[in-house]
Amino acid sequence: MANMAQNDNNDICIDLATLERRLRLFLPPHCLLLGEEDLRPYECDGLTAYREMPLAVCLPETEAQVIDILRTCHSLGVPVVARGAGTGLSGGAMPHAQGVVLSLARFNKILRVDRDARLAVVQPGVRNLAVSEAAAPFGLYYAPDPSSQIACTLGGNVAENSGGVHCLKYGLTVHNVLRIRVVSIEGEVFEIGSEAPDAAGYDLLALLIGSEGMLGVVTEVTVKLVPKPELAQVVMASFGDVAKAGEAVAAIIAAGIIPAGLEMMDKAATAAVEPFVKAGYDMNAEAILLCESDGTPEEVAEEIARVTEVLNAAGASDIRVSQSEAERLRFWAGRKAAFPAVGRITPDYYCMDGTIPRKRLAEMLSAIAAMESKYGLRCANVFHAGDGNLHPLIMYDASQPGNWERAEAFGAEILELSVALGGSITGEHGVGIEKINQMCVQYATPEIEAFHRVKAAFDETGLLNPGKAVPSLHRCAEYGRMHVHHGDVKFPELERF
Amino acid sequence: MQLDDIISAVKSAHDSRTPLRIRGAGSKDFYGGLLAGEVLDVSGHRGIVAYEPTELYITAKCGTPLDEIEAALAENGQMLAFEPPLFGGATVGGCVAAGLSGPRRQQAGAVRDFVLGVKLVDGTGQMLNFGGQVMKNVAGYDVSRLIAGSLGTLGVIAEVTLKVLPRPVAETTLVFDCDATEAIRRLNEWGGQPLPVSASFWHDGQLWLRLSGARAAVEAATAKLGGNPTVNPEKHWISIREQTHSAFAASPLWRLAVPSTAPGLDLDGLRAIEWGGALRWYAGAVDGDHAAVRAAATRLGGHAVLYRAPESLRCLEGAFTPLPPALLALHRRLKKAFDPAGILNPGRLYAEF
Repeated sequence: MANMAQNDNNDICIDLATLERRLRLFLPPHCLLLGEEDLRPYECDGLTAYREMPLAVCLPETEAQVIDILRTCHSLGVPVVARGAGTGLSGGAMPHAQGVVLSLARFNKILRVDRDARLAVVQPGVRNLAVSEAAAPFGLYYAPDPSSQIACTLGGNVAENSGGVHCLKYGLTVHNVLRIRVVSIEGEVFEIGSEAPDAAGYDLLALLIGSEGMLGVVTEVTVKLVPKPELAQVVMASFGDVAKAGEAVAAIIAAGIIPAGLEMMDKAATAAVEPFVKAGYDMNAEAILLCESDGTPEEVAEEIARVTEVLNAAGASDIRVSQSEAERLRFWAGRKAAFPAVGRITPDYYCMDGTIPRKRLAEMLSAIAAMESKYGLRCANVFHAGDGNLHPLIMYDASQPGNWERAEAFGAEILELSVALGGSITGEHGVGIEKINQMCVQYATPEIEAFHRVKAAFDETGLLNPGKAVPSLHRCAEYGRMHVHHGDVKFPELERF
Repeated sequence: MQLDDIISAVKSAHDSRTPLRIRGAGSKDFYGGLLAGEVLDVSGHRGIVAYEPTELYITAKCGTPLDEIEAALAENGQMLAFEPPLFGGATVGGCVAAGLSGPRRQQAGAVRDFVLGVKLVDGTGQMLNFGGQVMKNVAGYDVSRLIAGSLGTLGVIAEVTLKVLPRPVAETTLVFDCDATEAIRRLNEWGGQPLPVSASFWHDGQLWLRLSGARAAVEAATAKLGGNPTVNPEKHWISIREQTHSAFAASPLWRLAVPSTAPGLDLDGLRAIEWGGALRWYAGAVDGDHAAVRAAATRLGGHAVLYRAPESLRCLEGAFTPLPPALLALHRRLKKAFDPAGILNPGRLYAEF
């Protein structure tokens, strides 16, 4: 049994002098950061509520250096946390107090864009949007578009299996990556997947994508590029009732339409966004839906007509169709700026990432409304409605004592309700350190044990990103006890499955 | 055999170290390594558990025949977009275990792209439940997709949830006369344009192209591409999905997956090209140079499957391209993580485990 891999690993103590001496044997001075001032920028990722200072940060420039770093850490028993741009929202790249941060920031080259084969070979530190920019002259682009796409890297996207607003039609990272090059903790290099379809053997690509830096370190990524649609148009619909908006989403799908994007924002979200972006959102609506259609002009016209018909039948109080590319971008600008817009009206916010079956949306939103009064905190909701991925933004003030703790409990309750409604604690942000306790709610002991066995098959010593993504059984036992201790089982009225 | 029987059969096989050969309809007995072990017939564990058209998923027990699933989906204008072969009775468990996709694969994705969740009986007889019924779920390692194509070597698939999609509103098939080189060139050129190509098939100087999507898109593409329209093309595509088309009538039959732009291979016996150029079928000879076939695919960054062949040849050559040592070691460790006694379909994927 993989006891080491299960260990949360906080009890180890590393001799920094030895580590430094060993790393300097092959790392030039500018590739190694030590000392508080240089390390401070790495103490957290996009989830700033969780922080930890690492022992050192390595910034390798070659794969050979990555291999040497991993071999060195392996031989000394030093934990390694790989990091891209540090935009992750689950604390997956939060350092280990006794470990090294392995930053892939200098792996920032696009190695090849192949127009005919419609693929790009890139280093993991390349930004998501840079891939589409490099492919644009060929009429191609890289489909997954997380909202952080101007900053987040492909390596991080692979680690988290990132999504975006177009994944219902175009898929997640796992559907758009053809091949990766991976270095194991022992310094061994693997080529996983290929430019040919369905590589021989187990689908390790599927296993590695979304593995949150727990199984290996990615040094190269081959992604699929797709032809840029000739035209995209977006329909914006207002609803006087959130449940009706949810039903409209189901009605679109039932009509046999898979829109390029299907997003929802509630009133709290549009109220935060509109003064900031001036997207032209209907401020009287309880919810607005954005439904994008792309393809040939004929195809888009046909789909927009059908979508409009469905939305009207579903009780939309107002419908507008973007009449120009500028207007389309303006409609989207509000949705894409939802996080920073909420950031303007509250000192801090905490973004959740549960997925639920679409039909349970109204139930979830009314439960969240009840939680707002229970915890005394406001919450705005943006929703990848097409694929059931909800991002409640819980507003709090970290400078007020007890405020963060309430926000954290609020978030935990949303995640646990997501599971109870038949969904998942995370749709695209990953478990990281943030949702580690809720993993104990989503999975039972046998699955958690299986995850540990998978981890051990790649990393027997448990040195890659220890303490993240998969909880130890000990932690789950503690978390379970805590819950029972504090009172009743949550949501007793709900069926458990 | 019901789920409890499957679990207890696996438990006792684990305790007695008895190899098991998992079998649904047996429609893909020809595929992969040689069959060994006591038959574990899971075809009795059947039935659709849940199907929600507006949530875009279907959950079914492993022994459910694919045609039963397709019929239920068709009633709601939906489909399994990876277009799996039915091979006269194939079950959904076998479909996921084998990981074989059909003509729409290049456009829509492979089996694994549509797997949302699996319930798995591992090699110790323990029930494991991975993934779920929602489109997006990144909690824990994606074991559900790992199971697709693992040929029953990691566990008995008890139940599976697949993403489903609406059927295209319009579909048309165009035929072009051209040689293989020209077919590969055209397919890649079209692939780089926003055209609704949903399947392609080249055989014997003819390139068949299926367009699917919104009516307007299909009409516009038809006008743009030219070619000769056909009547009743459905039968043709079924014969390709089911491999009853004469192009597949060869033994040994090699299935080579290569980058779609790979030039013609230096091999005799090209029978067909599918998937926008990425799948090439070759007729081999029983006493042919099998290593040369594998080498030709590997050289181009692909791999070769000895797809249909006499048992003696499959025994000698193995069905799949051998793995490099480091990857093989990793496969063995993963196999052990799910099937420590090595009793599930031993040798079906690779002779080594």
